[in-house]
Amino acid sequence: MIDVLKKFDMDELLNCMHCGFCLPACPTFQQTGLETYSPRGRIALMKGVAESKLPIDEEFEHNMYACLGCRACETACPAGVKYGELIETAREVVEDTKKAAGRQSFGRRIVLKRLFMHPRRMKLTGRALWALQASGLQELASKTGLVQILPREMTEMQVAVDRVASPADRKKRTRVVKAEQRAPVARKVGLFTGCIMDVMFYETNQATARLLSKAGCDVVFVDQQQCCGALHAHSGEKADAKVLAKQNIEAFEALDLDVIVNNAGGCGAALKEYHHWLKDDPVWADRARNFVAKVRDISELLTTLPLQVTKTLNARVTYQDSCHLAHGQGVRKQPRDLIRSIPGVEYIEMENADGCCGSAGIYNITNFDMSMRVLDDKMNHVADAKASIVVTANPGCLLQMKKGIIRAGLEGRMEAVHIVDLLDRLV
Amino acid sequence: MMDEEVLVQLRNIVGKNRVLTRGNELYTYSFDATPIVQAQPDVVVMPGDTREVAEILKLAHVNQIPVIPRGSGTNLAGGTVPVEGGIVLNMTRFNKILEIDEKNLTATVGPGVITAEFHKAVEECGFFYPPDPGSMRISTIGGNVAQCAGGMRGLKYGVTKDYVMGLEYVLPTGQILRCGGKNYKDVAGYDLTRLLVGSEGTLAVITEITLKLLPRPETKRTLVVFCHQMVDAARIVERTIAEKIIPATMEFLDQATMQVVDDFSHLGLPRNVAAMLLLEQDGSEEQVVRDVDRIAEIAREEGVADVQLAKTAEEGAKLMAARRSALAALSRLRPTTILEDATVPRSQLAQMVEAIIQISAKHQVQICTFGHAGDGNLHPTCMTDERNHEEIKRVEEAFREIFATALALGGTITGEHGVGMAKMAYLPQRVGEGGIELMQAIKQAFDPHGIMNPGKVVAKAARSRVVVRNA
Repeated sequence: MIDVLKKFDMDELLNCMHCGFCLPACPTFQQTGLETYSPRGRIALMKGVAESKLPIDEEFEHNMYACLGCRACETACPAGVKYGELIETAREVVEDTKKAAGRQSFGRRIVLKRLFMHPRRMKLTGRALWALQASGLQELASKTGLVQILPREMTEMQVAVDRVASPADRKKRTRVVKAEQRAPVARKVGLFTGCIMDVMFYETNQATARLLSKAGCDVVFVDQQQCCGALHAHSGEKADAKVLAKQNIEAFEALDLDVIVNNAGGCGAALKEYHHWLKDDPVWADRARNFVAKVRDISELLTTLPLQVTKTLNARVTYQDSCHLAHGQGVRKQPRDLIRSIPGVEYIEMENADGCCGSAGIYNITNFDMSMRVLDDKMNHVADAKASIVVTANPGCLLQMKKGIIRAGLEGRMEAVHIVDLLDRLV
Repeated sequence: MMDEEVLVQLRNIVGKNRVLTRGNELYTYSFDATPIVQAQPDVVVMPGDTREVAEILKLAHVNQIPVIPRGSGTNLAGGTVPVEGGIVLNMTRFNKILEIDEKNLTATVGPGVITAEFHKAVEECGFFYPPDPGSMRISTIGGNVAQCAGGMRGLKYGVTKDYVMGLEYVLPTGQILRCGGKNYKDVAGYDLTRLLVGSEGTLAVITEITLKLLPRPETKRTLVVFCHQMVDAARIVERTIAEKIIPATMEFLDQATMQVVDDFSHLGLPRNVAAMLLLEQDGSEEQVVRDVDRIAEIAREEGVADVQLAKTAEEGAKLMAARRSALAALSRLRPTTILEDATVPRSQLAQMVEAIIQISAKHQVQICTFGHAGDGNLHPTCMTDERNHEEIKRVEEAFREIFATALALGGTITGEHGVGMAKMAYLPQRVGEGGIELMQAIKQAFDPHGIMNPGKVVAKAARSRVVVRNA
């Protein structure tokens, strides 16, 4: 027990002066109005636990996992409290305590251990999903109510899933996509494909490579890369997250790349935190720093390259920030600039664009009801923007917005699209 | 522990989801924005209307259970810490703007309305509500009224009490009463409205508030002055007012605060000046330009290091942001930040700042000072570590001397944060024994069983209970 509590950084906990500036920024506080659902409240609970004034029990677990992890509170915090790190530690403490007591978080652990630790299994899942979709079974299952045998959360979310790429399509991928000759710059860019991203949004990764090639880069699909580890870190499985981080660093540093690019805000934020994860590891600390120095979100990279958007798009477009891109990485301007650079586009900023959509990794599965409350509020702002396209920069957000469009009855009038896919249509 | 029968009745009044009793829930309502002080309630109740508040208070009155009304918990004097346990009455569900009356220039709101949202709503109608406490993005109007909150516009526009025209409130007996209203002139009996404003939840629960609105000023300009000596800043303030110019805002930062702010916000503030004065004037274009030019002239005559006039609204906003970031920047220095609000008559400003510097050196504690130069409201802020008990003792001793100095200079122990728990010990020095007795008699008249926010402001003996129970 003592060891578990030592994990908390008491200086960081004390940095929170409980001023409450985080309250209006926190989606779960906005939904409930309860201190237990606020960053200030959660930090107080962590401090209570760290000082052994509160037990590490189911109530504490519930309150730590009720957080979306959107980190909007970090942007709002005048004292600069590193909330993202604190909540990860709190969940680690919960999981360690449960392990010591022989208890397991069934759903979360199965998914994280059995699936996300193994890229081959992810690929198999993708193939299974394709087979299911291709055979029309999914549609049949929806219609006949067969999907009722799945948990409600999964059933609800699967309506938003698009057709995934077929195994035949996947085989066509070449390991290296060369820069188009007419382009003036040549950089060697490694593409971090992501695990879910590469299963559900394979085409977006392909489009990313095409865009970068047109913008003058040689793009490499790096073999041996793994899941970024974000979901593990956010779920208290920090040890697994570190294993994945090391494997990724090794895979990418072998290729002597100029840039490591990704197109998923959540993954990108994790990749940029590897040097924090591994800071106490004498072997890996420096390697992690070198790795992190090269990591860029696709929007960050594209705005520095001579990419010409040639086709006109006569549409009203709005942008939904990815929490981990905006609050985690501070990338807000670049995606908006890219959208504005499209000829014909009327860009409209929606209210509370950087407020979480409720997707938050696997939150929309594990905390379905809260996720949908957050989403429904978000869709009110999306609808108010009266745009025909809502652009996202993260696979979780993209799925959630697709789901939100269905829930808000905006099907046919509005489309959710990843920024890369939008640009790919227009260059 | 709360009697189970009482909990059943509370659930009957507000519904079971509005009564919080779990361990984590009680723990998160055991503190407000005040450092160090913490105590757990027995239950948190979230009423939705005045009738529910009345029912809860009747129940508490009969059973003699403490009731602590609470908004967003942003106060800095421990005013909403439930030191004797009992019911934390969370009023945040009273969050409706009920009316903006354009004919009478008033607005009527629930106490749970967020201050900044209220600003936005009235400004959209072309009106202006001046009180702007630093916490306005989070704080509730009800909390502002209970504490009589101030802000940066206090010099020209006054503070919350100058804008509260009428209240609906509930006595501990459950009686629902009203005082004041929309009449600009009203001398019917004692001014209970003024009495309740700043009563810190010790007399009654406020359930509805009618506020005065002003027309929105046409324009505003910002000016920043860097001074070689603190006394220069004080003299500029004095001379400006002597020339019958009342700026909307006159703020100052001492050298230490400036350095800390600059370290974090990289504004490029000069390092070799003793103080920074930040001024803002609003009103008609012509008058604002004339006033700001004249103040700049006064500053130059006083031989200051530099005068900068913001050319655009954005530049002005950037300078104001520097002032607003002061507390945040300071809080990054050490784990615990204790912000106080000792206040002196404007003419004593330089002397008070000088005294704080000496007291800080004498007790070997780090204190930076910034605040509202125009109204003499200072924020000596101590950066410390609550785990170091020996240092905390020195901090307490330093603040005791700061308050004593403020009183000796004809000042007061709190300008805008309230007495709460934090300054109870100093209150007799400010109002005298007679003042305390009268206040206690008033408290007795409103709250015969002493259930309203006990242990605050004028409690006879500050009974303290075990802070937070170990699980």
